[in-house]
Amino acid sequence: MSQPADRGAPPAPSPDTAHNWRGVATEDTEELSVGAGVFLRDRSRRLLGELLSPHRRALWGLLSVITGQNIAWLAGPFLIGVGIDVAVPALIDGDAGPLAWVTGAMLAAAAVDTVLRFVFLSWSGRIGQAVLLRLRRRVFTHVQRLPLSFHERYTSGKTISRLTSDVEAIEELFDEGLDNLVTAVFSVLTIGVVLVVLDPPLGVVALLGFPALFWVARWFQRNSTAAYRRTRQTIAALIVQFTETFGGIRAVQAFRREPRNDELYAVLNEDNRQAHDRAFWLIAVFIPAVTLIGNLVTVAVLGYGALRVMDGALAVGTLVSFLLYLRRFFDPLQDVAMFYNSYQSATAALEKLSGVLEEVPTVPEPTDPVPLPEARGELVFDGMRFGYTDRVVLPLLDLHVPAGQTVALVGATGAGKSTLARLAARFYDPTTGAVRLDGVPLTLLSDADLRRAVVMVTQESFLFSGTVADNIAFGRPGAGRAEIEAAARAIGAHEFIAALPAGYDTDVSKRGGRLSAGQRQLVSFARAFLADPAVLILDEATSSLDVPSERLVQHALQTLLADRTALIIAHRLSTVEIADRALVMADGLIVEDGSPAELVAGTGRFADLHRAWADSLV
Amino acid sequence: MDTTPHPAPPDDRGRLAALLRLWPFTRPYRGLVALTFTAALLATLTQLAVPLLTAAVVDGPIAAGDRSGLLPLLALALLFGVAEAALFFLRRWAMNRSSLRIERDLRDALYQRLQRLPVAFHDRWGSGQLLSRATTDISTVRRFVGFAAVFLAVNLITCVVVLVLLLVTYWPLGLAVLVTTVPLTFLGLRWERRYNIQSRQVQDQQGELTTDVEEAVQGIRVVKALGRSGLVFDRYDAKATVLRRMQLERVRTLALLWCIFELHPQVTLAVILVGGAVAVNTGALTVGGLVGFVALFTVLLWPILSLGFLFAFAQETASACDRIGELLDEPVTVTDRPGVRSAAIGTPARLRLEGVGFAYPGSADPVLSGIDLDVAPGETVALVGATGSGKTTLTALVGRLYDVTAGRVTLDGVDVRDLPLAQLRSVVSTAFEDATLFSMSVRENVTLGRTDATDAEVDEALRVAQAEFVHDLPWGLATRIGEQGLSLSGGQRQRLALARAVLGRPSVLILDDPLSALDVHTEALVEQALRKVLAETTALVVAHRPSTVLLADRVALLSGGRITAIGRHSDLLAEVPEYRDLLAQDSELADAGFAEVAS
Repeated sequence: MSQPADRGAPPAPSPDTAHNWRGVATEDTEELSVGAGVFLRDRSRRLLGELLSPHRRALWGLLSVITGQNIAWLAGPFLIGVGIDVAVPALIDGDAGPLAWVTGAMLAAAAVDTVLRFVFLSWSGRIGQAVLLRLRRRVFTHVQRLPLSFHERYTSGKTISRLTSDVEAIEELFDEGLDNLVTAVFSVLTIGVVLVVLDPPLGVVALLGFPALFWVARWFQRNSTAAYRRTRQTIAALIVQFTETFGGIRAVQAFRREPRNDELYAVLNEDNRQAHDRAFWLIAVFIPAVTLIGNLVTVAVLGYGALRVMDGALAVGTLVSFLLYLRRFFDPLQDVAMFYNSYQSATAALEKLSGVLEEVPTVPEPTDPVPLPEARGELVFDGMRFGYTDRVVLPLLDLHVPAGQTVALVGATGAGKSTLARLAARFYDPTTGAVRLDGVPLTLLSDADLRRAVVMVTQESFLFSGTVADNIAFGRPGAGRAEIEAAARAIGAHEFIAALPAGYDTDVSKRGGRLSAGQRQLVSFARAFLADPAVLILDEATSSLDVPSERLVQHALQTLLADRTALIIAHRLSTVEIADRALVMADGLIVEDGSPAELVAGTGRFADLHRAWADSLV
Repeated sequence: MDTTPHPAPPDDRGRLAALLRLWPFTRPYRGLVALTFTAALLATLTQLAVPLLTAAVVDGPIAAGDRSGLLPLLALALLFGVAEAALFFLRRWAMNRSSLRIERDLRDALYQRLQRLPVAFHDRWGSGQLLSRATTDISTVRRFVGFAAVFLAVNLITCVVVLVLLLVTYWPLGLAVLVTTVPLTFLGLRWERRYNIQSRQVQDQQGELTTDVEEAVQGIRVVKALGRSGLVFDRYDAKATVLRRMQLERVRTLALLWCIFELHPQVTLAVILVGGAVAVNTGALTVGGLVGFVALFTVLLWPILSLGFLFAFAQETASACDRIGELLDEPVTVTDRPGVRSAAIGTPARLRLEGVGFAYPGSADPVLSGIDLDVAPGETVALVGATGSGKTTLTALVGRLYDVTAGRVTLDGVDVRDLPLAQLRSVVSTAFEDATLFSMSVRENVTLGRTDATDAEVDEALRVAQAEFVHDLPWGLATRIGEQGLSLSGGQRQRLALARAVLGRPSVLILDDPLSALDVHTEALVEQALRKVLAETTALVVAHRPSTVLLADRVALLSGGRITAIGRHSDLLAEVPEYRDLLAQDSELADAGFAEVAS
């Protein structure tokens, strides 16, 4: 590997092996596709089995169709031979019957072959597409169901490529590879049999090419597994460099990074070329080798066959059909080499997909939920602990938030504020203890009830493609325009939205519709307002607002929070002022608890924080 | 994207012109391309040898019972057989050598060009669009150069040669074969074209699906927070179902195409058999001649069948070339003027904006107009203004990320456009609002603009930005961060971006809301350290908060693209209502003590 040394790859164990996550941990390690020939790993094979199982009967049907098609297809050369051996002499004797018969048989075989081929292709296409749709739905739903902790460690980029390029790799295999492979394997087998049956001595000569062929194929398969894996790695590295460069082009240009990037990219690009060169070199050797073996066998068959014809042991026509079969025998083998890459990509993709599907949704919906149609909003954290395998985040927490109270969470980064908020929104489940809403543990609430009652607004206000109105309506699908506008007005977002090129119908992904961070934040507030939850959680939600916007939001919050429970995390102390109660957290514990005014007046950490903040303004 | 220029679908001459754009890139490898072509042609022609020799064996030694006559023919067949394999190898070797290098060169050229295109261009184009041009489109070009272009020529030649041979062997039968190829060619071209259109639609739909996937994954917190998995799934599912329908239509076309490919040769073989048998009967053709005829015909099949695909591929490549060419033709507007020479710029430097105006390309409304600002050496000026007032745009004009459209920006009296870009951007250093980090080591990220920085300087910068947490990372400064490495929190990223900006004492420092993602505690520490740096450099600081404003000596209020007020923070607070509105905490919301401090 000619990876530039300064790209920061640590020489020590890679981070991936440090965290041995079930399911996805082995993804980037080298031995992954060792068996990626015909032998899929158990997990992939199981997934494939599950995907195909609804089509079991159709697959048997397909098998009979392709068998029939192969027989019809194989009849061609045989009939040509018969034509030359029987029909032509008969015609010379004045009997056109055999010729008509043979020609008719040829046309009939051709018709059967064509029809069955059509049936096979469209049927297998339908099955393939059904399997893919099922796979897409399944992976998509599964990913949606996986807990936030999965998404945080797996990164969005990887998840997206599972759902896009990996599924497409399998699609591509279904598309161009699979019927080739099936046809090739099938015709190689049948032709092998036909050759031996047609004329055993010649068949034996033809089969002499087999060991060589097998050896070449084995060599190709062994080497190309590694070679193609390498091409996938090099192109991925190239893409990362490319997207990072142009995603951060301002920084690139401002810091005169272009020449250094040129160098890095050129190295990665050359790596990629060499990787492809190696893979293509293997094909460049493999295909001529198969051709050579085929041609040598053909010459041997021609020579030996000619001798046998001269001896009267073989008819000329049989020899001709034999030679035609031989050609049909070797050609598909070359095709197999051509799509071996897509076959391998698909295998690797299946391996990764089955890994993701094996991930357990650790925050599952209860099978027998407790109904909670109208939540009041009383939150209780009862003897709750939370931690990851290697560290404890919240050692022990008891907290009672009466319905309607606004609680501000304050503390340094890493004090556990966000974790607490996320537990309240059931993004995670506590390790022990429970979070209760109106007395019902969150784990016993249906997703619909829980999300109607508890809504969280985060720092990154993500907007979906579509109009501003669509994005606000995300809070309550089916909301009318009047309700959407009312929500925007309540939150103070109406003015800027009305000033957009197409008002509420402005597409946020189009130029002119791109909103600033503050504006996006306001839209996500309007979204939460429209959702009208009993419990509202704000995780540093006002951090990217400028002062006037924040003031607007704070005005809105006062009315918005009046009749509902709220947990607010803010590092701007001004946000805390609107709270009924402030909690100061340190190392996962609540160290101070009281009204903001009490705490400011006191001598605790909150007072210190407040003083530091006030000092910073002087 | 609506603003992306879409070239009108060009006519065939336009297509050819598009393909010819590649010509310069083939220059270093033309010998290899010629070799590829020659080897491919010879290989195809040697394929003819085996059928012809088979015919010769049947008619010669077999008919005559001449065993000794067999040997030379077999030797010849062996020779051609080996030659064919050797030529195959030669073609592929030469093809790999040339086409992969052309691909690499094209990719390098495109990347280098794109890096130098102005930020205004990148505002217009998403990196996703650029990526598909740099990967998919360039790979299409590679496959065309190495494969389709060669075989388009070779197959046409082969068709002609074989048809001539067939006509020479026995012209009535040759003519019959020629006639049967007409409907084949017609249907092939037609359906392959349809197939191509359908493939394109499938690709577009896959792109649509990708957008949905990206949103569902990147917006997972919002989806989960609002419990909208069902809604998101329905959207995705509707598109996936459309994709399946499109795929089935495409598969249907493909199946039809294959049927023609299957049916045609077999029917033609039957015709050849009947015609041949009759000819043998009348003595117009030998048995060997018939055998050779059959074999020759099989050689003809692939060249005919492939023509449609090859033409379609040529068209696809022409479109790819158009898309690549569009980028390569894009003018580099922000570049060194001819004859610029580096000038002495002091540290700190005097920064002046004189009657500066700016409008985005293609937009009539100026974002900034009539900006006059004089920042003395060592002075720090804060830019304050409502969202969209042009603060960030103004800061981008100093380092020429955009060029002014009116007036001028000077450093120590020299117009920034009269400085070499490399010098300008080494004296002006910026911390952007969104802290961009790259997939590389912490050290390389920090020393992005100053690769020659010493360890002491790096440590100093990290200290100023309160980014010493990097020493605790698993591999310290060598730890890889960013997309492909360790992920950092927003505050950590921002501190690293700040360290990068202050590294090596720039003459002019630009900080775009540099502390927005920091918690109160860290913010206070960074401010303290930053004051020392700001004392020694000229700085523009975009500020949203009073605490950040207080880093500055003076404040400029931007409103509607103009500077409407400039002065000390306390004076502006007292005198300018708009400023007060922007920066004063709401007394109704803030506690009394705090409101007092802020005003």
